[in-house]
Parts: sequence; structure tokens; C-alpha cells
Amino acid sequence: MGSVRILVGTRKGAFVLTADGTRRSWEVSGPHFAGWEIYHLKGSPAEPDRIYASQSSSWFGQVIQRSDDGGRSWTPVGNEFAYEGDPGTHLWYDGTPHPWAFARVWHLEPSLDDPDTVYAGVEDAALFRSRDGGHSWQELPGLRACSGALWQPGAGGMCLHTILLDPRRRGRILGAISAAGAFRSDDDGKTWRPINRGLVSEQIPDPTAEVGHCVHRIALHPSRPDVLFMQKHWDVMRSDDGGESWREVSGDLPSDFGFPIEVHAHEPDTVYVVPIQSDSEHFPPEGRLRVYRSRVGGHEWEPLTRGLPQRDCYVNVLRDAMAVDALEPCGVYFGTTGGQVYASANAGDDWAPIVRDLPPVLSVEVQTLP
Amino acid sequence: MIRVVLPAHLRTLARVRGEVELEVPPPVTQRAVLDALEARFPMLRGTIRSHGTLERRPYVRYYACREDLSHEPPDAPLPEAVARGAEPFVILGAMSGG
Repeated sequence: MGSVRILVGTRKGAFVLTADGTRRSWEVSGPHFAGWEIYHLKGSPAEPDRIYASQSSSWFGQVIQRSDDGGRSWTPVGNEFAYEGDPGTHLWYDGTPHPWAFARVWHLEPSLDDPDTVYAGVEDAALFRSRDGGHSWQELPGLRACSGALWQPGAGGMCLHTILLDPRRRGRILGAISAAGAFRSDDDGKTWRPINRGLVSEQIPDPTAEVGHCVHRIALHPSRPDVLFMQKHWDVMRSDDGGESWREVSGDLPSDFGFPIEVHAHEPDTVYVVPIQSDSEHFPPEGRLRVYRSRVGGHEWEPLTRGLPQRDCYVNVLRDAMAVDALEPCGVYFGTTGGQVYASANAGDDWAPIVRDLPPVLSVEVQTLP
Repeated sequence: MIRVVLPAHLRTLARVRGEVELEVPPPVTQRAVLDALEARFPMLRGTIRSHGTLERRPYVRYYACREDLSHEPPDAPLPEAVARGAEPFVILGAMSGG
């Protein structure tokens, strides 16, 4: 039957939610690292009990924690993220040059096959890699070298928030940065190029510029990694060629603004988004929390509402706060800024909260265990 | 023996309760105390002082003997009462509320 372990990062600590394969009854452990912001936790696909966590605080900076027993115990590992060489400047909000400065780790992406190798996406945007289980971190400077001087932060900071490792074409890495766009490396992170053709952002001086787009999240299905789905600041986009070109698939969504996007574990054309009213009103349209599902890879979307609040709901769902399990039927999970973590054990048809009163949820990851 | 008081979050991170006691050879300075603290608790590196520059993080303060020593030069001697262990060297996070 298998079981499920959900790793939840919040503004005030981490929580681990576990259930058997029925996903009816949940155990909640936490808060781990109480009082600290936990931007992200993720387990190694190669060794699921190996979990990495990004722990940070405005007072005490960045800590990386590692668990080797599925989140029961944790050990701090390396927390030095030094940019390679003289990092120079990027653009500030007002368009003036601004020195690059490390703020925090937004996203941790463990290697698909080596539990000691893990990537970290950081603010100010850069990609780091550890090959010794998180003890030491080295920047992959080719990413910033490709156009970093032109990047500008979004309102949340200039963060590298999405790291996708292509399971079929080893050495291909995709990254996404707010507000710079999507980037791809085909040589294990040495060199990079922007992959933003087809994106249109009316909020920037040149709406079709090579960089400057506020990409919120990209998702792929591992069986078909050349097909990418993107939630942009506005617009839901799709690429069928590994990001070489993008086309809009927002279709009949009530709003195409949002943060997370996720793909069903068994159906590569089934995609989930959570529409948000607008860039200035970060809550669901009409105060009704609805996940939208497309079963045809975009354009046509159906609202999923059963079990979700359909009045007076003004939470947000952040970019890293949605995930799926690999059970049958596929489970879908998301966390809100109101502290709820909702679960659906039938691909989104029905929802129920696992927990209702956590601190604001920053990230949700799911591990499907034997 | 030098006594050091850590803020709650860093006590948890370092897995200590109460004060920390450190052997610090003279001259007893901020830098010498923090070097000794980080040598004994490597997980605290980067949480009080920034990596590389070793500058105090902006929201961290140093107090001792009812004085704010946060802006003292790192190599200036700490008060004699701290050096002989009569008073603790206090590291704390800036207050916030709301």
C-alpha cells in the first residue's frame, strides 16, 4: 500500500505529516526548528530518509539541516554560501546597480541518484551545489554569468526558486528566478542560457525581453521532461521543447495569476494550479479557494472545490507549497498562508485539511514511501 | 573561564542549556571569545558573525556589565569582570514585536 510523508516548511518551523496509503489518518510531528523560517525541505529520491532543510532567520542567518532518519533527528551542516569570485552587481528595483548579497536558501533540490549531492537555489539568485551531504557548498557561477547583471528582484526578493533535474537527459538542469525568467544548462550547470522565448510580460519595458520575466514556478512530469508547465506572474505557459519556446495555456481560468503549478504523478497532461485574484490582491477570486485542473495539458480547466472553503477565504498558496504523491490514485497537497495543509487522495476531486492552524506555509513536499 | 549567554534560538541550535563556559587565553576580546565559541560549536558559524567578513550580523548585539559593546572594536579588551568570569558576555538578538 505504501505510505506518505509530507514535509511542510512554515514561517515558524517545519512539520512532518505522515499517513499510510489510505491517507485518511495523519500524524503530525513538529515544530522542528521552532521559531525559524523554514523555506523548504526536500528528501533525496535516492535515499528517502535523507532530508535537507533550509532554516533561516533575519537575526541569525542561514542554517542547513540534514536528517538521515526521515526527519526524526536533525544535524546542522554547512551554511557558507560564498559567491564565486567578485559577484559584481545586478539591478535594484529602481534599475540602478546593486551589489550581489546572499540572503537565504529558497529551494533545495537533492540529486536524483546521489544522496550526498544537493542543489540550493538562493537569494540573491544563484545556484549552489554540495557534493558532501551539505557540509560545503560551491556556486555554479555560469548561471549568473549568462545575464545576471540584468536581473532585477521581484517583490519577494531576487530568488532562484525552481530547480528541475532532467531524469532522462543527465546534465540538464532548469532553473527559474523571480524576476529574471527561466534558464537551462545542458552541461551539469557549467553554462546556462535564458529560455524565455514566447513569454510576454506587459509589466516590463520590453514585454518579450530575453530576461526580466517573473516566473513563479515550473513543473514537469519525469516521463516527459521536455514538456514544461509554468505559472508566470500572469499567464500559465507550456513548452513542448524543453523551454526553447513557450505558449500560453491559461485558457478558461478565472485568473491566470498564481504561484504554484504541479503535474499529476501518473498523467503527464493533468496539471494543477491555484488561481489568485491578481498581483496586487494575493487571495483567491471571490474569496473561494479553488484548485484548477486541466486533464489535457492546459487551455481547458475545471475547478476543484469539494472540501475547500467556498466563501470568505483570503489565503494565498505560495510557489513551493504544492506537491503530489505517487500513490494510486494520485494524492495532491497544498499549504496556505493561513496555515492549512489540504490533501486530496483522489487527484483533486475531494479535499480535506490535514492541519488547519500551522504558521503560514512556505513549502510542501511529498515523499511516497514503500 | 569566560561565561557566554546565547539567545534562545542559538542555544537550541548549539544544543546547550544555560550559559556556555569557554577557555579563552588573554587578551580576552570579542574576537577571541567568538572564535572560541565557534570553535566549540561550529554550527554557530555564520549565525552571529557573517562568514568571510566576520562582522556582527545586523540584528545581533553584544552586552556585558550593563554596557552595549556591539560597536566596540573586535580586538578591544572586554571588561575585566568578563575576563575573570564574574560577568557573562551576552549575545542577543535585537528585540522585535508587533
